[in-house]
Amino acid sequence: MSASNENLKNMIGQDYKDGFVTDIESDSFPPGLNEDVIRALSAKKEEPEFLLEWRLEAYRHWLTMEHPEWSFVEFPDIDFQEISYYSAPKSMEDGPKSLDEVDPELISTYNKLGIPLEEQMRLAGVAVDAVFDSVSVATTFKDKLAEAGVIFCSFSEAVKEHPDLIKQYLGTVVSQYDNFYAALNAAVFSDGSFVYIPKGVRCPMELSTYFRINAANTGQFERTLIVADEGSHVSYLEGCTAPMRDENQLHAAVVELVVLKDAEIKYSTVQNWYPGDENGVGGIYNFVTKRADCREDNAKVSWTQVETGSAITWKYPSVVLTGDHSVGEFYSVALTNNYQQADTGTKMIHLGKNTKSTIISKGISAGKGQNTYRGLVKVGRQAENSRNYTQCDSLLLGDECGAHTFPYIETKHPSATIEHEASTSKISEDQLFYCMQRGISAEDAVSMIVNGFCKEVFKELPMEFAVEAQALLGISLEGSVG
Amino acid sequence: MLKVENLHVSVEGKEILKGINLEIGAGEVHAIMGPNGSGKSTLSYILAGREGYNITEGRVLFFGKDLLEMSVEERAWAGVFLAFQYPVEVPGVSNIYLLKAALNGMRKFKGLDEVDAMEFISMVKGKMKDLEMDEKFLYRAVNEGFSGGEKKRNEILQMSVLEPSLCLLDETDSGLDIDALQIVAKGVNRLRSPERSFVLVTHYQRLLDYIKPDFVHVLAHGKVVKSGGPELALELEEHGYAWIDKKLAS
Repeated sequence: MSASNENLKNMIGQDYKDGFVTDIESDSFPPGLNEDVIRALSAKKEEPEFLLEWRLEAYRHWLTMEHPEWSFVEFPDIDFQEISYYSAPKSMEDGPKSLDEVDPELISTYNKLGIPLEEQMRLAGVAVDAVFDSVSVATTFKDKLAEAGVIFCSFSEAVKEHPDLIKQYLGTVVSQYDNFYAALNAAVFSDGSFVYIPKGVRCPMELSTYFRINAANTGQFERTLIVADEGSHVSYLEGCTAPMRDENQLHAAVVELVVLKDAEIKYSTVQNWYPGDENGVGGIYNFVTKRADCREDNAKVSWTQVETGSAITWKYPSVVLTGDHSVGEFYSVALTNNYQQADTGTKMIHLGKNTKSTIISKGISAGKGQNTYRGLVKVGRQAENSRNYTQCDSLLLGDECGAHTFPYIETKHPSATIEHEASTSKISEDQLFYCMQRGISAEDAVSMIVNGFCKEVFKELPMEFAVEAQALLGISLEGSVG
Repeated sequence: MLKVENLHVSVEGKEILKGINLEIGAGEVHAIMGPNGSGKSTLSYILAGREGYNITEGRVLFFGKDLLEMSVEERAWAGVFLAFQYPVEVPGVSNIYLLKAALNGMRKFKGLDEVDAMEFISMVKGKMKDLEMDEKFLYRAVNEGFSGGEKKRNEILQMSVLEPSLCLLDETDSGLDIDALQIVAKGVNRLRSPERSFVLVTHYQRLLDYIKPDFVHVLAHGKVVKSGGPELALELEEHGYAWIDKKLAS
């Protein structure tokens, strides 16, 4: 092997930049899961009876389910009794009224991540609902949103303030029985975000949530529910990093999007959780169920994701195209380095007439990373004139990594048009040499070539997120060049 | 400016360059000619720092510094530019992005601030005009879907933006029709200056009709077998490379 392959190897051996642990006394449940734990959790959160019942139904169903084994990833069995199902930063018990009341340690944590809230509020005009462990600690721009009638709050708060909306929409896209991890989430979810955009309202700002997993051995079970009422529009940003530690941390989130007539949700994710060290020790297990329902005509959902973190990523942001003329889009960049494994893709379920979906997936594998695209395009009996376009490209850096593609296509209507294109390529020494000969350093050249490969996805991201995503790819790939 | 001394290079155990000596002064234009497989392209790759070659003997001094000790990008920063025989495609990366990244890389090395975006655009557009290139090239992915002539013109554009001291042109004339050749040659001639030197690697005399060399070297079997003035290229054109072999044998 030549020296420039050696360069590649060095370059992708970059340490995780966001690895640190904030020292805050946590108020946690002891490890273990049973009905009493769920009751205690629900009580602690002062939830209404219907929600407790819903959790218990989920839990009882979960007990009958088997751990899924179909994905192309490997990891040791998870002992669900070893996980603590509630953890809250202690100083947050009473809930801060403003940023001034937020624990300075937390603020400094965000600062280390380069996402100071004040800065974001002032510069970007982005409302932030930051989740630190299991309790929301800061919610901003409430007033401006309230003026537009937009509800953007923590899930717990929504349960208290808007129980009717929760009751009406919770579990209507991803039921509490949907799959193993969705059922577990339904039983024990700790908090998350809730968004409601009223009829005809264009949300005046991009809504953003920064997640952060912190306390050791605490599985984090987020639940997000976004409802876009008729003719409304919202762009939602989700981004996250996590501190470095040895134990694997389970993360099983559920995101439900409900889109009514003529409404649109654009959901963008940058995921940078701790991927484990270069020997594959530690790292987050990220098993997420994300699904949108274009429930009525002309609804539109666009998922854009940049996945660079986690030891294991297992997620398929999907769109059920129920309404006629509804549109589903999925734009994805997934990068695996060292021993990271990603099995990710989407499901586009065409039920309504003249529904349209687009899938653009870019997988990048480096080190010993394994990257799998798994996608389902399904056209139902009523889905006349449905169209899908899928493009699925893989880029390999080095020769110890892998890229895999599992496209599933099921169609029950003869008028459907389904296109699938796929490619696999390697970063060539020629490309590297060419860029370096022009005076671009090896690191910058790799980053530039990889970013070029991902361009079609990045252009779907909101501007400031796109910049962040490019930087993130750079960080994930750079290192000392020998 | 450049001094190549007794350079021996092998690839996978096979010796390709067998003791090259070459001295290039500031402002000079040298043509290196030779048959296929004589090691012409290898020489330009070695000077630019491409990996995969084993330098067994000799040294190369560039402005008195050991060029072979420098990394690819350090050589670029020091002023070595290689116009590729086969310019590489970089999908998704626009021409202007690469140009700017390259220029800023150079400027950073020289301790200068990043180039002003507006100044940069107007500077590049001016140079594109000289090369009769459409501005839309700036926003197309680097070399992707370019014709042979467009790729070569793009190389000259990069060269004129980066303003190197030593320009290595590896078979820049190959695959060009006569019109494109003239445009490229004009572009090169415009860059000639007392501080800038050129090495033209070529099979044919044709290029030298448009870019007048000061010296011509014939490379065969890994060695410079003959050096002379521009008239040597004409002699070669007339007699062919077999003539050199015959002369060597006698």
